[in-house]
Amino acid sequence: MTEYNFAYLDEQTKRMIRRAILKGLAIPGYQVPFASREMPMPYGWGTGGVQVSAAVLTPEDRFKVIDQGADDTTNAVSIRAFFERTAGVATTTTTSEATVIQTRHRIPEAALTEGQILVYQVPIPEPLRFLEPRESETRKMHELEEYGLMHVKLYEDISRHGHIATSYAYPVRVEGRYVMDPSPIPKFDNPKLGGMAAIQLFGAGREQRIYALPPYCDVVSLDFEDHPFDPSKADHPCGLCGAQDSYLDEVIVDDAGGRMFVCSDTDYCEARQMAGHRGKDAA
Amino acid sequence: MQADTLSGGFGDPAIQSAHAFRSVMEAMARPGTIHDIAGAVPPGPLSPAAGAVLLTLCDTETPVHLAGAAHCEAVRRWLAFHTGAPITGPAHCMFAVGTWADLMPLSNYPVGTSDYPDRSATLIVECPVLATTGATLTGPGIKDHATLSVPDIAALQSNRALFPLGLDFVLTHGDRVAALPRSTTVRATEVS
Repeated sequence: MTEYNFAYLDEQTKRMIRRAILKGLAIPGYQVPFASREMPMPYGWGTGGVQVSAAVLTPEDRFKVIDQGADDTTNAVSIRAFFERTAGVATTTTTSEATVIQTRHRIPEAALTEGQILVYQVPIPEPLRFLEPRESETRKMHELEEYGLMHVKLYEDISRHGHIATSYAYPVRVEGRYVMDPSPIPKFDNPKLGGMAAIQLFGAGREQRIYALPPYCDVVSLDFEDHPFDPSKADHPCGLCGAQDSYLDEVIVDDAGGRMFVCSDTDYCEARQMAGHRGKDAA
Repeated sequence: MQADTLSGGFGDPAIQSAHAFRSVMEAMARPGTIHDIAGAVPPGPLSPAAGAVLLTLCDTETPVHLAGAAHCEAVRRWLAFHTGAPITGPAHCMFAVGTWADLMPLSNYPVGTSDYPDRSATLIVECPVLATTGATLTGPGIKDHATLSVPDIAALQSNRALFPLGLDFVLTHGDRVAALPRSTTVRATEVS
């Protein structure tokens, strides 16, 4: 036996995951339990996303993987290589060319389109978990739409810091029903969750949950009337491409406190540089 | 054993079920859109589309209810050989297949529980027509609104009222598939 089944997983596992994905799409924001398999990579490296990708990929797909927006980090490179080897799919780093994009903690800057599927790697799918550790209780809270505790948590942020200090994995309410963890994307990305043309699938391998947002879904970041949601970002342009509108990483460049801000989405930044845009730190 | 029991499955299961699933997933994610789904040649009265959906989603873990004319020896044997799915009544099924009239009443099927709304049946409805005209659909997956030929507007409205509980429907005709998740609001198209 030298070859893998297409996309690594056996067919019965894929059927089980596919059934969970369909129920997830039918109940937007609800976490569907699934029998997560052990994958040839550690938990925390995107085993949930990998299983969801394996269940949706076809040989004609063009697959892109990003890790915090970058195509060239260890996690992204190894997952891309994994599916090149086990599914034989074409890969790309260009957002617009990809049909399936697996992501760790970012949404690409370029707007996604109807033919695309965005697969998120999720560490902790339960938005209420750090407020209530018991699964039996959080399940009941979702059942009864008892989300007051989440608002209390955001209010405590305000009373302590003067503003809502939650900056990533910022909770959202889906279609007025389920409160959902959007995975640890920066809250800068939250406005892109709603009304997106692409299908969004979320896979949590260790926690054994799959959930989904169908296209053009109503997704609202939780806030208060007097403290409206603010998708903040670093107040700088990108040092390499000069973009004013992209999410930025702060990079320490020397031992003397020197730093620069660069786009976290490497494909977006490179495309802008190719088009002739230059930031103040560009070589 | 009949020859047609053994034939009519996916020749290349991994690839064909991947394609078939993408059609079903696109249909479920975008209610009102109709997609091609191919690869299965089930015995009558099952359509190729219904056969492909069963092959893609059913196995020994999913009790299936065969309603009305679909509950025949040929279909039972075909499903048993290709999927191993146990045949059951409507009350304990995860999937059911048949015409809308044969599947009635909807109150027979599990709609999930309020803590596990995913534990609900998916009904594969064999439709005499499948077209993007008819009732108006709104809800998740639909940009403004969509139109689709649906079997029974009133029944789908009462199903929507159960949300987040409820049944999900996969509509099949020939080699084409559409879907109506429980989240979709269905109403009669107003004639202006």
